[in-house]
Amino acid sequence: MESFFIRYRNLLVLLAILLAQIIGLAVQVRRTGAGRNTLDPADGAGVRLIRLWADAVVTPPEQAIHSTKLGVEYLWQNYIDLRHTQSENQDLKRTIDRLRLEQAELLEDALQGQRLQALAAFQQKYIYKTVSAQAIGSSGSDQSRVFTIDKGSNYGMKPDMAVITADGIVGKVREVFPTTAQVLAINDQTSGAGVILATTRLRGILRGNAIGQLQIVGILADQRIQPGEKVLTAGGDLIFPRGLPVGVVDKVVRDQDRDGFIDVIVKPAAHLDQLDEVLVILSTEPRFSDDQQQDLATSEAVKGAEAAAIAEQKKAAAIMAERLPGLIDPNLPPEQQPLLETTNPDPVVRPPQPLHPDRFTPGGAAQPKAAEPSTAEHRSSPESSPESSPAPVAPKKEPQP
Amino acid sequence: MNTFSGNLRRDLEVRRYPILVYAMTPLAALVLQAWLPRFLGGFAWFDLPLVVTVYFALVQRIPIQGTLMGAGMGLFQDALTSHAIGVNGIAKTVVGFLASSIGTRIDVENHTIRLALTFLLSLLSSATYVFVYRGLLGINQQWTWFVDIFKAVGSTIIAAALFPALDRLQIRE
Repeated sequence: MESFFIRYRNLLVLLAILLAQIIGLAVQVRRTGAGRNTLDPADGAGVRLIRLWADAVVTPPEQAIHSTKLGVEYLWQNYIDLRHTQSENQDLKRTIDRLRLEQAELLEDALQGQRLQALAAFQQKYIYKTVSAQAIGSSGSDQSRVFTIDKGSNYGMKPDMAVITADGIVGKVREVFPTTAQVLAINDQTSGAGVILATTRLRGILRGNAIGQLQIVGILADQRIQPGEKVLTAGGDLIFPRGLPVGVVDKVVRDQDRDGFIDVIVKPAAHLDQLDEVLVILSTEPRFSDDQQQDLATSEAVKGAEAAAIAEQKKAAAIMAERLPGLIDPNLPPEQQPLLETTNPDPVVRPPQPLHPDRFTPGGAAQPKAAEPSTAEHRSSPESSPESSPAPVAPKKEPQP
Repeated sequence: MNTFSGNLRRDLEVRRYPILVYAMTPLAALVLQAWLPRFLGGFAWFDLPLVVTVYFALVQRIPIQGTLMGAGMGLFQDALTSHAIGVNGIAKTVVGFLASSIGTRIDVENHTIRLALTFLLSLLSSATYVFVYRGLLGINQQWTWFVDIFKAVGSTIIAAALFPALDRLQIRE
């Protein structure tokens, strides 16, 4: 027996290690309601501990390399590569002057827009608190689009927070450690984000494919989707605020698994392969600063005063109308009221009755030949000739006997 | 004939390295594997931990050590990803065991053979990875074969430069 273990010890060690890892994998997989296997999104304590150890080993050298790179870049850009600096400086100063003017205008517009949306009680979420972080490492695997940033729970980060750049969305925080955090990029196969096509308003789920492309899945074939259409976040996934840029439609391909469905390949707005600095959205709750709250209160007060002034004006007009009864005859229907802009702005215009009605005149044959009606009677009669040109309607007068 | 004649080749030469090489080379491989893709983007077609595992497994020729080293490197790689821990571990465990087992039977001084082994074991590692994910775990993971071939070629090119450099660090009696 002893010789068996000694003889096959290499193979036994191999099998033992493989078996241990297979059991470990089985713990991390769960079955969904649809009968499919998937990885448990929430790591267990043991798995998280292993990730923490790996992060603690890899992060310090990565940060050292990253700091060295930044230092070399700083030295090169600020002390060595100073060609054309003078002309660039002058250009930049002119640009700053121009941008200051534009910024002042935009600030006014932004404040006004925020006030209006708050007053209309829009529930759209704003990005109110972010923290910038540097990407210092990656998973090193093309099957897992994960990268590491140099900020963690010490800066208030939590799992499932959105990560963006100025260009567009990047991913979400997956695992948070004290000084670092793992970010799951949107082009990973296991990621998901609700998106909407800007023009066609079609909604879908964005995820990555095997070669790191972004694709929107679960969309019925639609001829309206064209390359170049903008893709925005839909806001329904409770991670990304709505309206953030995602990218543009690159091409549309047929879904290999489902008939009638298409996959929309999206060119990302952010440079997912070469990220340097990212923003983590810490808070999306609508919270205005004290100044903004004061502005909103002032705006509401001004609006209330204007509404009160308008109400006063209407009340005065009503009183004037009551004191001038000659302008309105309460016994007449509205279409026969005198032409007054305030009481009857759109009276029914009726053509005058012909002077000599014949059998072709509507209703003329039925009327007996009587004495010539007065001009006033012609104008106030409801019967009229269609060929006659319309004439202004005068206020009705009682015929003289 | 000389290539496959060494059934007791490990008795002919036992390579030894400074302890710093044993410690720093795998660590450097793991750190660079995590750091370089940030600059190479989608063109990071190499697997440095696999190259290092194959090298030490081949030159040490002790299957248990090769197995343990492969398992450690693979698990470490898994810990840096969003995937389950153990997929790369199983793949690298098999690679480490096979490389060290082959190292007892062939002439690992031959540089061409080492590179050919690196290429083949890289493909085997990728195949094992896909098998574990799809077959063992039953998770529908998309896979593109050409990326793994590029990765095997990239690993082989790196091995062509790295293996002679590591050979120079061995302790010669």
